[in-house]
Amino acid sequence: MTSSLPTTQSKGLTRTLSPKRRLENLSATVIIGILTVIVLLPLFAITYEILSQGIGNINLGLFIESPKSVIDTSGGGGVAHAIVGSIMMIAIGLVIGLLVGVGAGIFLAEFSEHKLVPLVRLFADVLTGIPAIVVGLVVFQALINSRIIEYSAVAGGIALGFIMIPIIVRSTEEVLKLVPVSIREAGLALGLPRWLVTMQIVLPAARAGIVTGIILAISRVGGEAAPLLLTALGNNFFSLDPTKAMAALPLAVYKYAFSPFEHLIRQAWAASFVLVLLIFISSLIARYVIRERN
Amino acid sequence: MTPSITKPRSRSLSSRSDQTFQAVILGLASMVLLIAGLYAAVLLLGGIPAFAKEGLGFFFGTNWDPVSEEYQAFPFIVGTFVTALGALVIATPLAIASALFVVEYAPKWLAQPVANLVELLAAIPSVVYGLWGLFVMLPIMRSFQTWFVLTFPSLGWAPTGIGLFSAMVLLAIMVIPFISAISRDVIRLVPNDQREAAYALGATKWEVIRYGIFPYARAGILGGVILGLGRAVGETLAVTMVIGNANRIAPNLFAPTATMSSVIASNFNEALGAMVPALIAIGFVLFVFTMIINYVARIIILRLTPQGIRL
Amino acid sequence: MQNLKPQHIKASGPVSDKEPRLIAQDVSIFYGDKEAVKKVNLSFQPNTVNALIGPSGCGKTTFLRAINRMHDLTAGARVTGQIMLDGANLYGEGIDPVDVRRRIGMVFQKPNPFPTMSIYDNVVAGLKLAGEKNKTKLDSVVEKSLRGAALWDEVKDRLKAPGASLSGGQQQRLCIARALAVDPEILLMDEPTSALDPQSTARIEDLMETLKEQVTIVIVTHNMQQASRVSDTTSFFLLGDMIEHSPTAQMFTTPKDQRTEAYISGKFG
Repeated sequence: MTSSLPTTQSKGLTRTLSPKRRLENLSATVIIGILTVIVLLPLFAITYEILSQGIGNINLGLFIESPKSVIDTSGGGGVAHAIVGSIMMIAIGLVIGLLVGVGAGIFLAEFSEHKLVPLVRLFADVLTGIPAIVVGLVVFQALINSRIIEYSAVAGGIALGFIMIPIIVRSTEEVLKLVPVSIREAGLALGLPRWLVTMQIVLPAARAGIVTGIILAISRVGGEAAPLLLTALGNNFFSLDPTKAMAALPLAVYKYAFSPFEHLIRQAWAASFVLVLLIFISSLIARYVIRERN
Repeated sequence: MTPSITKPRSRSLSSRSDQTFQAVILGLASMVLLIAGLYAAVLLLGGIPAFAKEGLGFFFGTNWDPVSEEYQAFPFIVGTFVTALGALVIATPLAIASALFVVEYAPKWLAQPVANLVELLAAIPSVVYGLWGLFVMLPIMRSFQTWFVLTFPSLGWAPTGIGLFSAMVLLAIMVIPFISAISRDVIRLVPNDQREAAYALGATKWEVIRYGIFPYARAGILGGVILGLGRAVGETLAVTMVIGNANRIAPNLFAPTATMSSVIASNFNEALGAMVPALIAIGFVLFVFTMIINYVARIIILRLTPQGIRL
Repeated sequence: MQNLKPQHIKASGPVSDKEPRLIAQDVSIFYGDKEAVKKVNLSFQPNTVNALIGPSGCGKTTFLRAINRMHDLTAGARVTGQIMLDGANLYGEGIDPVDVRRRIGMVFQKPNPFPTMSIYDNVVAGLKLAGEKNKTKLDSVVEKSLRGAALWDEVKDRLKAPGASLSGGQQQRLCIARALAVDPEILLMDEPTSALDPQSTARIEDLMETLKEQVTIVIVTHNMQQASRVSDTTSFFLLGDMIEHSPTAQMFTTPKDQRTEAYISGKFG
């Protein structure tokens, strides 16, 4: 946003603007402009590459077929197994993410005088910055290394859930706080207990914002491959068994990137395009919802 | 026994049910604390065999040798910090410049699309950046490095493309949108009367930015940069794909090396024996570092942001 | 004296021939160490409208909110003394505030219909959310409450429309209907028309005349003319003390206390 500069055209004022200051201003503008262009170059390059490589390699087979056997180098096959895997693990993650995330969000917003609130808020904030691979490591060590479960969709889903929790906590808290106090008071004045007021009046009023937070959390974990490397391991075959290793879209991209087969690399690009497209769509939805609310 | 205020209704509609509700909510909220504790405990306990075996050598030794089963993590600690700091050195001025451009210089029809593009790029997954890095950036980098090495042959660097410098550049590209978005928000929040007061004194645009905006935005931008550092330190797959995964400290800027996160990602699935606790121990170090960085960022933003700005 | 011609003042109705239903005894309210309301004694007869007036910060709203135990929700607030409803102390040992609020309803200063609910759902919120499922019963409660709030004719054809789609005055009547639906005996009103235009204000003031046949009303208002138009008794609050409580006509023509007189004639406030 730019304010209009006071004009320095009239005679009396130009004298006060020394050449040194004018030069400084000009150089600053030029430098900022150049740096911005430098920033935009790789950004455009990446966008272009994803679009061109992705669209060029999209076909129906990508979505409904699973990989052919390793010996079959004829090309073709798809990432259906990875799409299903991603969906399954995100769903598993959401169970944990929603329960703890929305629950803690309600705690921070509705019980704000409780002495644990600052601590929970601090930890939720700090947990958002924990690298995804560390989360995967924890789930591996706690569950897989200790032989409680194997490399599986369940383990992967748990890791994704852990990553989602802090995101959902913060967005839920924020959105609940936007519901005016008088709504709560009106509910309580009707002789309804607090839990009914919170769950049946306040939470529905914040519905749109909470859903937005969930969408954002999903789009964040949907692209994570690092934690799944250590928990779900990935799978070259179509599988619906959550107790065994499972494929995922970002994992497929990672693996295919190192593949010697041309057609797999193209599938990697296509899968990347799908991932980015989904993330883009969810951010549009989120922005639309926020605008509607305001 | 005091007379009841009203005829008896179901238990779930009384204040008693509220106590149950509060207990459930408190339980769920405590899970947040428990999970954080779980991270620390699991990583520490899992890594103890490695710490015990090497002692301080784990942190400062440079020998990572599967054959002799000696695992020392110094190269990776160095790798993480050099790549992250290098990336930030490149990214910060670029990010701040683009944020300034969007808020202060660009006309409205340009500002919004550019801002949206930057935001979208902040959301692109790490693997996709890695894919791009591998197939698009590396060939360009190889050409550049070849030219560089031919121009300065006395340095003795090898133009492999893959290595520390590529990781730094890719990481910088990934972190710029993040820092830019935060800086943009911070700069936008500077109250307009600050700008107008400066303009009214006859300041040039640059002077308004320097004296009217920066003092207000400084803390928030610094916080954003530190959060970007945290992000860069934790970045895994994109880095893994272009850094070369050589388990030693890079002898020069173009050489392959590894970071804490890349060594975990690339070795984990085949790790056996003593390597597993070593990798977990590295994970613990990574965990502690990112916790500290995020905590510091939070404090900076909270304590140093002047009145009138709420991030 | 402000323009309070005798005909603007409510004729004294049957104020003192029934047993008081709601009695406040030595009620004090503390916010931390600050005593916001000091040992107030008041009694209200059934089926009357009772106004609480006074300048800003005098404690009238604080006192009102103690009646339906809203201060239980504020950390650091403390209520001492007794408030008796038909002989039972609302602050007695083991009394559940939730039960208290079923018998004593409240309408707030700014209309606050529940944002995601239809007109119908808003009215029956107190019943439906508490588990009432019988559609016939709910339908009849909706009609009865909306008639009682003088809103039925205007909305009967669009009960499923969102509550927020109504005008300000209609929303406030919706809130009154919502409060009436749980069949309270007392209705507390906290400056219910201060956010409304004069026409809506007049409609709600007219409403109170019929409403009091169903419920006993205690209304806080900073508008003295309103108090003189609608109420049977008036209580004047100042700096946490209840200075004077009289039948309205008497309060406004021959106030007993000098401070009351000063306030009424506009010398301060």
